[in-house]
Amino acid sequence: MQSTPPNHFELFSIAEQFNLDTSTLESNYRKIQSAAHPDRFITAPATERLSAMHLATSANEAYSVLKSPAKRAKYMLEQHGIDAIADTNTVMPMDFLMQQMEWRERIEDAKMARDISELDNIADELATEAKALVGDLCELFDIKQDLAAATEITRKLIFIDKVCADIDQVIEQLDH
Amino acid sequence: MALLQISEPGMSAAPHQHRLAVGIDLGTTNSLIATVRSGMSTVLQDDFGHALLPSVVRYMPNGDIVVGHEAQAHQSEDPVNTVISVKRFMGRNLNDITNKAHIPYRFVEGSDAATTRSLQLQTRAGLKTPVEISAEILKTLKARAEKSLGGELVGAVITVPAYFDDAQRQATKDAARLAGLNVLRLLNEPTAAAVAYGLDNAAEGTFVIYDLGGGTFDVSILRLSKGVFEVLATNGDAALGGDDFDHRIYCWVLDQVRAANENFSPLTEEDTRLLLTKARQAKEWLTDNFEAQIVCKLGNGILVDVTLTAPQLVEVTEHLVSKTLSPTRKAMRDAKLSIEDINGVVLVGGATRMPHIRHAVQEFFKQEPLTNLDPDKVVALGAAIQANILAGNKSDDDLLLLDVTPLSLGLETMGGLVEKVIHRNSTLPIARAQEFTTYKDGQTAMSVHVVQGERDLVSDCRSLARFELRGIPPMAAGAARIRVTFTVDADGLLSVSAREQSTGIEAHIAVKPSYGLTEDEITNMLKASFNSAEDDKKARMLAEARVDAGAIIGSISAALAADSQLISAEEVKAIEAEIQKLQQLSEGEDATAIHQAVDALNHATEAFAAARMDASVSRALAGKHLENLDL
Repeated sequence: MQSTPPNHFELFSIAEQFNLDTSTLESNYRKIQSAAHPDRFITAPATERLSAMHLATSANEAYSVLKSPAKRAKYMLEQHGIDAIADTNTVMPMDFLMQQMEWRERIEDAKMARDISELDNIADELATEAKALVGDLCELFDIKQDLAAATEITRKLIFIDKVCADIDQVIEQLDH
Repeated sequence: MALLQISEPGMSAAPHQHRLAVGIDLGTTNSLIATVRSGMSTVLQDDFGHALLPSVVRYMPNGDIVVGHEAQAHQSEDPVNTVISVKRFMGRNLNDITNKAHIPYRFVEGSDAATTRSLQLQTRAGLKTPVEISAEILKTLKARAEKSLGGELVGAVITVPAYFDDAQRQATKDAARLAGLNVLRLLNEPTAAAVAYGLDNAAEGTFVIYDLGGGTFDVSILRLSKGVFEVLATNGDAALGGDDFDHRIYCWVLDQVRAANENFSPLTEEDTRLLLTKARQAKEWLTDNFEAQIVCKLGNGILVDVTLTAPQLVEVTEHLVSKTLSPTRKAMRDAKLSIEDINGVVLVGGATRMPHIRHAVQEFFKQEPLTNLDPDKVVALGAAIQANILAGNKSDDDLLLLDVTPLSLGLETMGGLVEKVIHRNSTLPIARAQEFTTYKDGQTAMSVHVVQGERDLVSDCRSLARFELRGIPPMAAGAARIRVTFTVDADGLLSVSAREQSTGIEAHIAVKPSYGLTEDEITNMLKASFNSAEDDKKARMLAEARVDAGAIIGSISAALAADSQLISAEEVKAIEAEIQKLQQLSEGEDATAIHQAVDALNHATEAFAAARMDASVSRALAGKHLENLDL
């Protein structure tokens, strides 16, 4: 492909900011796939089919990163040479750790009690919490450009994502 | 020129020449074949006007093989040699099959114990694999299409349940090859249904496809927007369908008969098939009626005469209905959607005719499901539309399908645990890499075990392939950096490569599940059926090489005419030189030399192809029309 592949924002021709325009992202993603998907090149020479495969793959990868706020924040930090989940990175504030433990305990209790609606409640609370963090990140990345503070919030958001994934898994087990 | 028509789908179609392509719904109970004619997707019928071909294969005493209605009519007399619902055995070994006691077949474990090979059925025509039996159904459909379309088929899109794993997909592909079909694509059944439904209704928005067939259940959630069909999530149960409802009724009938007859002897194979058939008829009758009478005489002289009411049917099959709702909830969670986000629910598959299924779906989604397309035909109709496009026919339907991986793909790590590399519901095509390291000091080889499934333990997932990376330089445990890359292409086929980062030592594998047929077996089976001579093969190879050469010269010349300004004059010259070389060689008789020159030309155009691709994306984002970019 090219010597320097475009970054995820450039690929979709959207401004490199955290508070991105999701409808433009979605419609540009579809435009790129409509132009570059391997199905469009079934009768083309092998090299063009390969190029199409590469481009469609990069577009899928970039889209999956940009549409998730946690992955997007982590990616933006990486662009600045910061690994948000590195072991050496700042420790979590005590109050957040306490809150995490509380969530985990509630999930464990709900799992024992096979209480799916309680798990849904916890997931809703987490979603509200995540929404507030996303609001903070818009300000930290796009207005204040405070990457240190953004890193801490990003770590929180990644943790919340993980807890949400765990809740989904527990619900799935109980639902079986 | 017949040989040219079945070559790889890499060549450009001559303008205005319609290439015959079909969509095939290879179903558990019934199969169909459809094609796009004069812009309309149509199901093809047999000489008697039947659209549905019962997926029943009977091996006759005289050596003939009968497929369809005639085979179905004799299933109770000759159950051992009349195979129905063979789809349930595709890509499976004996351990995968539950309730064997209630299926009237003589199962035999696959011959090669080391690789847990596919199960086989003992018939009067000998041992038959599910792949061979399915190929008979496909051959019958192919013959129907060629007769009705008056020509050889360029290729086929064959549908599979979205929740089929790699082994089941591979088995389906093997069956198609055995039937002499060129597979353009395996397409997920709910996606095919969405295409037919979406185009028919010019639908936009978020739709759920609830597909309960004879033996499989799928649920897919798709976003339809301006001709792009984007699958957001899919889930299902590859062993749940209308057959299981029949089986529940059959068990209920047996309970009634046992209660009424003290000395009830075990059923013969004929009795089992007879009662299962009666059960299916009763189920279908209850769709429009309140009660069904089941009357028949068993081999031991006992007369069965019981009445099943609609509420009783609901009661005995209630848990099967709720078994479909659990995957539905999972798909909704994976798509991160709630009930209010759903614009419509489309019912697919004959089993969704049952009123209590419709009721359960309506209750769950709080809206009346859409049933304006025939649930038996919608999958084949959608497959035909995709086949028409993939065959290279120009179409008014400018559509693109973005499908997903139904099951997670991962690697075995220490302790028999699974590390997922590609998560379920990732959009295709996809490539993901992950780094692993050594466990012991001085470890020089690493075994890479590829598995598919959602569970944490390797033993609970399906094993797809194993390969080894050797020649790792001896280092302390944990020091080596081995990067394993998983790639799944638009066909859903997986390949895996591993690379030690410091030395660059690599190993690759295109995953061929241990349940599939080997390349040799396929070749032997094809040989047995076609008996093609060596000369034939040579002539065919040369013909194919020439077609390939002609196609690539044509398309690259067209590309140069359109876009040569994207590269330097020297690069253009280099490409033109390769074209000339290939032109000369393709007038000769050496197929290998032609292939090499095609490869060289392909290689010479790599940078040009990438530049064209970038240009086309820029144009797409700038909102310009893309029509003239296609070759």
